[in-house]
Amino acid sequence: MIPLSHFLILAAILFCISVAGIFLNRKNVIILLMAIELMLLSVNINFVAFSHYLGDTAGQVFVFFILTVAAAEAAIGLAILVVLFRNRRTINVENMDSLKG
Amino acid sequence: MSVDVKEFIPLMPEIFLLSMACIILIVDLYLSDANRSITYGLSVISLAITGLITFQLMPTSPEVVLAGTFVSDQMSAVLKMFVYLVTAIVMVYSGKYLKDRSIYKGEFFVLVLFGVLGMMVMISAHSMLTIYLGLELLSLCLYALVAMHRDSMNATEAAMKYFILGALASGLLLYGMSMLYGASGTLDLGELAKFIAAGDQTDLVLLMGAVFVVVGLAFKLGAVPFHMWVPDVYHGSPTATTLFIGTAPKLAGFAMIMRLLVEGMGDLHAHWQEYLIILAVLSMVIGNVIAIAQTNLKRMLAYSTIAHMGFVLLGILAGNEQGYSAAMFYTIAYAIMGLGGFGMILLLSRKGFEAEDLNDFKGLNDRSPWFAFMMLIFLFSMAGVPPTLGFYAKLAVLQAVVNIEMVWLAIVAVIFSIVGAFYYLRAVKIMYFDKAEDHSPITSSADMRATLSANGLLVVALGIYPSGLIALCVQVFS
Amino acid sequence: MESIYLTIALAPLIGAIIAGLFGKQIGRAGAHSVTILGVAISCALSFYVFKDLVFDGGAIFNGAVYTWAVSDGIRFEVGFLIDNLTAMMMVVVTFVSLMVHIYTIGYMADDDGYQRFFSYISLFTFSMLMLVMANNFMQLFFGWEAVGLVSYLLIGFWFKKETAIYANLKAFLVNRVGDFGFILGIALVLMYFNSLDYRDVFSASGHMANVTIQVIPGVDWSLMTVICILLFIGAMGKSAQVPLHVWLPDSMEGPTPISALIHAATMVTAGVFMVARMSPLYEMSETALSFVMIIGAVTALFMGFLGIIQNDIKRVVAYSTLSQLGYMVVGLGASAYAAGIFHLMTHAFFKALLFLAAGSVIIAMHHEQDIRKMGGLRKYMPITYITSLIGSLALIGFPGFSGFFSKDSIIEAVHASDITGSGFAYFAVLAGVFITALYSFRMFFIVFHGKERMDAHTKSHLHESPLVVTLPLILLAIPSVVIGYMTIGSMLFGDFFKDSITVFSQHDVLGKVGEGFDGALGFITHGVMGPAFWLAMAGVATAYYIFMMKPEIADNIKQRFHFIYDLLDNKYYADDFNDKVFASGSRGVGKLLWKVGDENIIDGMVVNGSAKTVGWVSGIIRHMQTGYLYTYAFVMIFGLCGLLSYLLFG
Repeated sequence: MIPLSHFLILAAILFCISVAGIFLNRKNVIILLMAIELMLLSVNINFVAFSHYLGDTAGQVFVFFILTVAAAEAAIGLAILVVLFRNRRTINVENMDSLKG
Repeated sequence: MSVDVKEFIPLMPEIFLLSMACIILIVDLYLSDANRSITYGLSVISLAITGLITFQLMPTSPEVVLAGTFVSDQMSAVLKMFVYLVTAIVMVYSGKYLKDRSIYKGEFFVLVLFGVLGMMVMISAHSMLTIYLGLELLSLCLYALVAMHRDSMNATEAAMKYFILGALASGLLLYGMSMLYGASGTLDLGELAKFIAAGDQTDLVLLMGAVFVVVGLAFKLGAVPFHMWVPDVYHGSPTATTLFIGTAPKLAGFAMIMRLLVEGMGDLHAHWQEYLIILAVLSMVIGNVIAIAQTNLKRMLAYSTIAHMGFVLLGILAGNEQGYSAAMFYTIAYAIMGLGGFGMILLLSRKGFEAEDLNDFKGLNDRSPWFAFMMLIFLFSMAGVPPTLGFYAKLAVLQAVVNIEMVWLAIVAVIFSIVGAFYYLRAVKIMYFDKAEDHSPITSSADMRATLSANGLLVVALGIYPSGLIALCVQVFS
Repeated sequence: MESIYLTIALAPLIGAIIAGLFGKQIGRAGAHSVTILGVAISCALSFYVFKDLVFDGGAIFNGAVYTWAVSDGIRFEVGFLIDNLTAMMMVVVTFVSLMVHIYTIGYMADDDGYQRFFSYISLFTFSMLMLVMANNFMQLFFGWEAVGLVSYLLIGFWFKKETAIYANLKAFLVNRVGDFGFILGIALVLMYFNSLDYRDVFSASGHMANVTIQVIPGVDWSLMTVICILLFIGAMGKSAQVPLHVWLPDSMEGPTPISALIHAATMVTAGVFMVARMSPLYEMSETALSFVMIIGAVTALFMGFLGIIQNDIKRVVAYSTLSQLGYMVVGLGASAYAAGIFHLMTHAFFKALLFLAAGSVIIAMHHEQDIRKMGGLRKYMPITYITSLIGSLALIGFPGFSGFFSKDSIIEAVHASDITGSGFAYFAVLAGVFITALYSFRMFFIVFHGKERMDAHTKSHLHESPLVVTLPLILLAIPSVVIGYMTIGSMLFGDFFKDSITVFSQHDVLGKVGEGFDGALGFITHGVMGPAFWLAMAGVATAYYIFMMKPEIADNIKQRFHFIYDLLDNKYYADDFNDKVFASGSRGVGKLLWKVGDENIIDGMVVNGSAKTVGWVSGIIRHMQTGYLYTYAFVMIFGLCGLLSYLLFG
């Protein structure tokens, strides 16, 4: 049986990748959306793994909710992206800097 | 596991508001733009009735229902009622602004109502799952509200930034929750508290989970260094949305902290107190200092919000009833002052003119002495000048901090309040001593003028008679 | 009863707010109606409270109405202490205020600031009531400053007149000196008694008799003496005692109704009231009592001299006010607090009457205030003439008039007193009687009798003032005559003040005087045989002889004793002294500090320096907010890592 720590390390690695994706990526906003999805998935792995090893189903229920919310979130994120593109004709992260200071 | 129907009674306000939001969504489909005020009326009435129900159901002792996911107690009832009140006032203030920009649509009201529902769930949550759901419901509505002005470059940029950072923050919060779950084996906050009280308080998974949770909470309140979204979102959003984001969600954010840190992890107080000290000091320093360099009033108020949230954190980190009630008093006071401050921007704005620059307030005293005076009250209150509400809020928090022997924190808070007073007073100077460049008359509806005046007088009245509100906040935690 | 007390205080405030904020909307008639209504309600209720307390044996009220804050066990409250002393003050204040309100309708009829004026005087009434009704030092201080504020506002009421602005500034500055002492006194009370409540402080004062403090290291001073003298310095400012008297004559730049209400009848007597209220403290310190008495005696005598040579009708009355305030203070110093308060009351009526009468003359003379341009007004203004005569007789203490009883009892009390300085004080108050009679009747004769010296134009317009002006004169004339006769028995020698004023038996001069008291009539007979009466008569006769029969004598004296005349004409050079020494001295020091300390060190380095630094820092760190999403995310993650490493390594 795979020990719990393996799952947690996997989740942590995924989490770090997604976080790095958010602040290293300077080009495409869509990549940010993907990174966010990845982050939620890493959390899901955490929950499922804990749930399994604790023998408690509440964690898995949580995962379902997270998946649903993530879908809704993606929908809104993409909608905002569309509006952004309509206004600016670009979805480059580096061009989003009119608000600052 | 069977569910008793009686268990749903404490949820009546949520159920009612949900039904009303859906009904309003449908009714609005059949309304022309000219009849949009029906949506407005229905929304305000729904809030009022929800308030009535909440008041009727006000429990004397906490009731935990639905398998420990939902709690109804005095704190939740009081905070919810302030959320309704603040939201209703937001709707009153927003009407003309939205009309002038042709975004006076049903969506605004429905999204706000769903946002309120999200806050209610957050306030009454008794499980990490419910907290997350409430938080997401609120956040999704707010993202949409920010982006509502589709043709505005700033609004869409702000929405995108808010969305990405918000999602990142919920990711961090969730990650923390998963650790807490893994360490304790429960999502229920009551169970979590018992586990921590009984078990090992040096468990690293638990402690790291707590750090992640604190980060998620700090983002919601906008505490430094998780504040970066605040100025951009406040600045870019349509002012009506800024008004909403800047007021009611702070109450929900306060409740979320109370639920997670105090009720869920009360025994880790020694740990999170230190984090909150760092966050609070940074917030007061950075918020007040950067605000000085601002020329945009919305941005300035955004930084001032950050500083104010530092004060709220001061109250919470005191870790006793006095501190909690002081923090709650501060949050409510801030919501009332914030309504006034952003309300003034809405009052002065008109078609094609945002009135969000400090210079747009030049010579306001010549244009309208009454509203210049109202703005003066709001600014004084934010700066903490007696006898306004803000003074008492600050005093209560400082007392709480001094009582736990952290005098140095109180001194830092006072010093940076003085730094903060500089930019508030500069705004006052601009209103009273500069010549007006803009002489157009103020054209807002009578209900807005009346409400804004009442808002201003309330700030003074509560400053002179704070005892009622203080007693309420104390009672909630006793 | 609590709600009645609140109504008494708040009714004028509401009137003031309405007239002040909505003056434009409600118009002139609206403004005077609403303020007069407010003060009338307050006056009627004050009479009711007085009746309830004095005649129906109502209970003394002492309690908080509203607790503002509690800090470290010290309560900051709004509270009322309603006993006989307060009730009497309330009646006097509201009654005189009501009269002045009515009178103002006529006096200010042509003024642009009509509504503003009514708003101010109603606000003043509110403040004065808060002061006299206070049951704690904080509220006393609030009332003290609030009446001061309104007083400055009203002295500078005609803010386009340069002299008014100067007078305004002067009143403000001089009162700051007094208030500084006052607040130091309150601070000492708070420090040693740990309470601001009168009741607590008075009941604890017994234990403080032997406490000493070292203001100058190595020198022990009795705490009570220091507190009492500091508080009295406040009273010296407000009640215009030498050497802080200089502002009062100049305050006559304000409109006449104000001179009557604030600068004669009520506000300036606040100091006297305060000392009487604090009698349990003053009784503890004979040094402080001597200090009070000597200051009062100097004021009573030397300010009277100045009245003789003034030619401005209002200034003559102003100097007489100063001198009479001196009398009250002498009474306090002799531990005859009741006599001081008694004189305060009678003085409030007859001095308000004299001022309002002077105002009536001023209206008739088209705002000419120089008495050398008046004369023979008796024919034209019979009501003003008679009421002025009553006022003057009361002022000089003609037997039977109210001033006689109060002034004579003070003189008797000083005579009976044996504390340090009482000998000098007795001489001063006796000499003061002659002087008072001299300058009062000098003015009276010059204005109402003799040659008509006004120009033809003014003369053709001379007529009696309208009813709104004469009615208050008549209503004030009545108490000026009878109030002394009616109340002397109970107020001075009865037990009217037994709950309000504390007198130790070794200081009980009024008790000594009262031994021979057998009714008001007997007091009159006794008075006629005393020196005071004959001195007053001599004063009147001298005035008549010099200024009516042989005016050349006056010029002759002026020529021959021009040194004394110059001294008096320059008001003992007090103003010049202040100007040269304090004002230019402090200007010099100020300039030095400003140049060196402020501009270079504080402004340059501390204020501007820190402001500049903060602004500079602000300008720099705002660039942290780059506008780029990845920076924001990075800062958040950085924060997270910071907290995590604090957890792991901190």
